[in-house]
Amino acid sequence: MRTVKLTSVKAETPAVKSFAFNDELCSKGEPGQFVMVWMPGVDEVPMSLSMLNSRRGQAAITAERVGEATESLHNMKAGDTIGVRGPFGNNYTVSKASKVMIVGGGTGLASLVPLAEKLTKERTKITFLMGAKTKSTLLFHAHISDVLSRAKGRLIVATEDGSYGQRGLVTMSAEKLFKQGEQFNMIYTCGPEKMMQRMLHLTERFHIPFEASLERFMRCAIGLCGTCVIGKYRVCQDGPIFSSQQLLEVKDEFGCWRRGFDGRKIRV
Amino acid sequence: MSSRLAVEIAGLRLSNPTVLAAGILGLSAASLREVVRQGAGAVVSKSVGLEPSSGYANPAVFQVDDCGLLNAMGLPNPGAKHFAEEIRELKTNGLGAPVIASVFGFSAEEFAEAAQILVKGGADAVELNVSCPHVKKTGSEIGQSPRLVSEVVKKVKSAVAKPVFVKLTPNVADIVEVAEASVEAGADAIVAINTVRGMAIDIETAYPVLANKIGGLSGSALKPTAVRCVYEIYEAVKVPVVGCGGIATWQDAVEFMLAGASAVQIGTAIASQGLGVFRSVSNGIDAYVHDKGFRSVKGIVGLSHRR
Repeated sequence: MRTVKLTSVKAETPAVKSFAFNDELCSKGEPGQFVMVWMPGVDEVPMSLSMLNSRRGQAAITAERVGEATESLHNMKAGDTIGVRGPFGNNYTVSKASKVMIVGGGTGLASLVPLAEKLTKERTKITFLMGAKTKSTLLFHAHISDVLSRAKGRLIVATEDGSYGQRGLVTMSAEKLFKQGEQFNMIYTCGPEKMMQRMLHLTERFHIPFEASLERFMRCAIGLCGTCVIGKYRVCQDGPIFSSQQLLEVKDEFGCWRRGFDGRKIRV
Repeated sequence: MSSRLAVEIAGLRLSNPTVLAAGILGLSAASLREVVRQGAGAVVSKSVGLEPSSGYANPAVFQVDDCGLLNAMGLPNPGAKHFAEEIRELKTNGLGAPVIASVFGFSAEEFAEAAQILVKGGADAVELNVSCPHVKKTGSEIGQSPRLVSEVVKKVKSAVAKPVFVKLTPNVADIVEVAEASVEAGADAIVAINTVRGMAIDIETAYPVLANKIGGLSGSALKPTAVRCVYEIYEAVKVPVVGCGGIATWQDAVEFMLAGASAVQIGTAIASQGLGVFRSVSNGIDAYVHDKGFRSVKGIVGLSHRR
């Protein structure tokens, strides 16, 4: 456990904030990796790294206010102390000069921001699909637009209520592109599990390589406690990024249920 | 797998003497099956009680520099009835290794009832957790009293027809006394040892790191204590002893076996070495046994007592 001081806190949407801090190890993490974040005296929860700046030794996490742990994090300001363990887990695979699609929804967009940044450095052509319930909950919209504009990428936004961009689910926007015959070398996704399950089905149908970032309850983050297992895999060690082939092995669980802290099944 | 490695403990046949320790990856059939596929000779489940429990809040696990791991999970488990289904799933389609269900309770009756449910589900043996160092009214609060341990063992023995292992706590003045009481009450094997009570405090914020403040220390820091316990218990009892505590390499495993362990449990080392640790440890034991001229791994069990 390393304690770090928050260097800045930024409100991204009414319910989402990003928290930056200085930490060499985290700053050298790879897109897709996560850290265990400790709010002293409250809780410790897994969170994706949403910003990686190894040059400055900086990293950030992004959290939606959903419970006691994230509530206490949201009450923190620059100068306050959190603990971090990690980074843990594997990362998105990045290949040079290819054509990819990134599909993100909700706070799942957190791990996709550093991925998009890394891909632009590899001269990759990015189509970024971003989904939200409504315009005010669109996350990282300005930042991702900026990253993509520097690399001639394409951004497509879908909101469920149609208040911004295309109306409907982001998976429908993806399907439309596949049906138009657009080819991609890889699809990356992170977001609500039902959305990722739908993307798995689509990418299987259109024969496109696919990687999804999974979220599970976690305790140890080092592959021991078994809290985060899906099939034979430990999400903290074997994931959090999984390929189509792995996800098909656990298709009875992926998008269907996860285990609670007591090990019993909870519907996703 | 080499036939030199086969062992029999309290009637259970293991293809090799490496066993998954309780508390590690033991809540789902799929992960236990994977541990066997990766080479474990037997698996012990996470400790299961009568009622479901989510355990303690996080942080529940904390790595202490290079010496070990502190944990205070608080015995999270789905409850015996639910876990019996996981065992049933595990035992169908053949597993090729015994499944030992770790059991805890807040009374001797609860231990017996949970053990019964899990044995009915297909467990090949039960391991009594009278040694968890951080949950009140169970675990080491029972395991520190030879009288209470004896009561629990007797109740469980009269409830199930499968072998009963007793996992002991090192947090006592005399572990031999508790081992002897267990065996007198009918224990078929002794497992030594569970974690040592410990804690860590973050010096920046002055907060104890674990949510439960106090937890159990596992990993390499534990090994000399565990080897000593196995050595002492082996001299005192006639039933097999299973070693546990800081085993990460074949050399560690051999040391425990020379002290008197018939098999070894591995847990914490999975964090640094992955599930391949079972195969690498058993391959190393096999080569050692062969080099030393023994036909079976049984030849080295307790050898240090004859020196």
